[in-house]
Amino acid sequence: MNIHEYQGKEVLRQYGVNVPRGKVAFTVDEAVSAAKELGSSVTVVKAQIHAGGRGKAGGVNIAKSVEDVASYAKELLGKVLVTHQTGPEGKEVKRLLIEEGCDIKKEYYIGVVVDRGTGRVVMMGSEEGGMDIEEVAAHSPEKIIKVVVDPAVGLQMYQARQLAYDIKIPGELINKAVKFMLALYKAFEEKDCSIAEINPLVVTGAGDVMALDAKLNFDSNALFRHKDIVELRDLDEEDAKEIQASKFDLSYIALDGNIGCMVNGAGLAMATMDIIKYFGGSPANFLDVGGGATKEKVTEAFKIILSDPNVKGIFVNIFGGIMKCDIIAEGVVAAARELGLDRPLVVRLEGTNVARGKEILNGSGLNIVAADSMSDGAQKIVSLVK
Amino acid sequence: MSILIDKNTKVITQGITGATGNFHAKGALDYGTQMVGGVTPGKGGTNVDFNLENGTTVSLPVFNTVVEAVNATGATASVIYVAPPFAADAIMEAVDAELDLVICITEGIPVLDMVKVMRFMEGKKTRLIGPNCPGVITPGEIKIGIMPGYIHKKGHVGVVSRSGTLTYEAVHQLTSSGIGQSSAVGIGGDPVKGSEFIDILKLFNEDPDTYAVIMIGEIGGTAEEEAAEWVKANMTKPVVGFIGGATAPAGKRMGHAGAIISGGKGTAAEKISVLEACGIRVAPTPSDMGATLVAVLEEKGLLEKCKG
Repeated sequence: MNIHEYQGKEVLRQYGVNVPRGKVAFTVDEAVSAAKELGSSVTVVKAQIHAGGRGKAGGVNIAKSVEDVASYAKELLGKVLVTHQTGPEGKEVKRLLIEEGCDIKKEYYIGVVVDRGTGRVVMMGSEEGGMDIEEVAAHSPEKIIKVVVDPAVGLQMYQARQLAYDIKIPGELINKAVKFMLALYKAFEEKDCSIAEINPLVVTGAGDVMALDAKLNFDSNALFRHKDIVELRDLDEEDAKEIQASKFDLSYIALDGNIGCMVNGAGLAMATMDIIKYFGGSPANFLDVGGGATKEKVTEAFKIILSDPNVKGIFVNIFGGIMKCDIIAEGVVAAARELGLDRPLVVRLEGTNVARGKEILNGSGLNIVAADSMSDGAQKIVSLVK
Repeated sequence: MSILIDKNTKVITQGITGATGNFHAKGALDYGTQMVGGVTPGKGGTNVDFNLENGTTVSLPVFNTVVEAVNATGATASVIYVAPPFAADAIMEAVDAELDLVICITEGIPVLDMVKVMRFMEGKKTRLIGPNCPGVITPGEIKIGIMPGYIHKKGHVGVVSRSGTLTYEAVHQLTSSGIGQSSAVGIGGDPVKGSEFIDILKLFNEDPDTYAVIMIGEIGGTAEEEAAEWVKANMTKPVVGFIGGATAPAGKRMGHAGAIISGGKGTAAEKISVLEACGIRVAPTPSDMGATLVAVLEEKGLLEKCKG
């Protein structure tokens, strides 16, 4: 789960991570009063959307007066920002972070992630702050320093010190950087983050070490123990169909093709998208109905697929294990009757109770195209939507 | 022969009185697995009855702790169906009871819980499969997990996979072509897990009854690439592969917690090119996993042996 920068900074502040003073604003008036309250000579007006690359897209502005804050706020609120992470349709700005400016001496990078190879949490740092860290990793990997954390004891001071020296934090600020890193690790661990990225970390003319930006992602499997984090979810930032799907415990991801897919199992769902593409089609979504789907769940899945106007046809691909083919068939028929089947539907069933499932489909009187295998089904749906 | 489990393996179920654990314990008993008991804290001293498909009834004892269950039954393996908030604790309890094998089916365990579990397991004898996996089956002998047993056929091809239903798809294609399996192992779709491809490939390499292996990977991480390098250097048997997620967008978690392309790493294209460079033939579509293996077996003169 993603949250906004201002929320991330609030979470980090609770752990003693040094962040600039700032306030969220939903309106121009709120932006102005936030700026007055901060009373700083320079104020930063930052668009809050769930995507990186805001600076280059004009989403971050430096204001020298309260009037400047007002005009930047007016310009940004309601504006659609297009960054390399938003896709071409962009994202509408609905919230701003009004923050005190600071005198940046140098920018660094600090990130915390779970490293799959070692099965450990890794803190990474680089003296190349403010840049796209993926580019640094590609061009000068030696400039990315990593320390591996032993989960039995957590990040140790010596490790933070080592990292701070290696990324060339000025000697007199090492202790502040160590305190920063230890607090950041504690926040990462206690809040079950999947990513905590500070880019840039800055040292200031006043001798502070602070997080100028903050990107926190949380492990959705751990949200059950973080009610406070769940409250930070901003549904405006998520796809409406994905929100609807999550209510029914369906795993759904919207894509930009025109063939709707309904599959059981994440691996098979991905492979189904692949095979559609292989035969020249384009999938409209990833949808895993899970192992224990009911008739109701299947109906709901169908509704979500059909609510996408781009969908020109549907491919249902089920390998019934625990999930029985007759249950799926009943769900498909019920959904098609309820919603009216105005687009081609290809169904491939295999596995438990497959004969009974096929009987239900054939006896339904609906215009359902049966497929014998994944590739047969994929080819049929691709030719039907052309 | 087989890997990890055979007809002599005695198994306990952690979470046996829950709906999922109970349902799959019955499925395992129906398949012929030696299920010898279960663990549910607070329900120790009771029994759970299973009315099997063959008309008989089996009554299994329930224990409060894993240690108790192991001492009373002589079990060497455990399967876990405990809910995600408590699953890491259940794994560590089984490891502490010195079981040889723990298979964790539970999906949705927080990744930092698994980081601690893996640290806890260092230097201990237990092998963990999963979490978030379908389990392990040695066809005709024993089934531990949630896979449909009847699609399998006893034989000589090893299957190892990060995905459940995609494994069923592969097994079904093999069985339909008359090719049986020695064992099929689902290692699970989580980013931090007990066993990786290499661990299982090593076992298949050492198993005299396994003649070839299918390895089914997906986007995210670099486990497939590392496995491919290992295969190139060590494997004496042919391996064919499939990688799911060629069309998955970057930065989106595709159902499985571990199936995500992040920082441009873990794409299907990258994995496929490393696999092929290491001599692993990759099926062009998921429909061709069986056919690709058959073609390789034929070239190596192993097809008849694998059909036998």
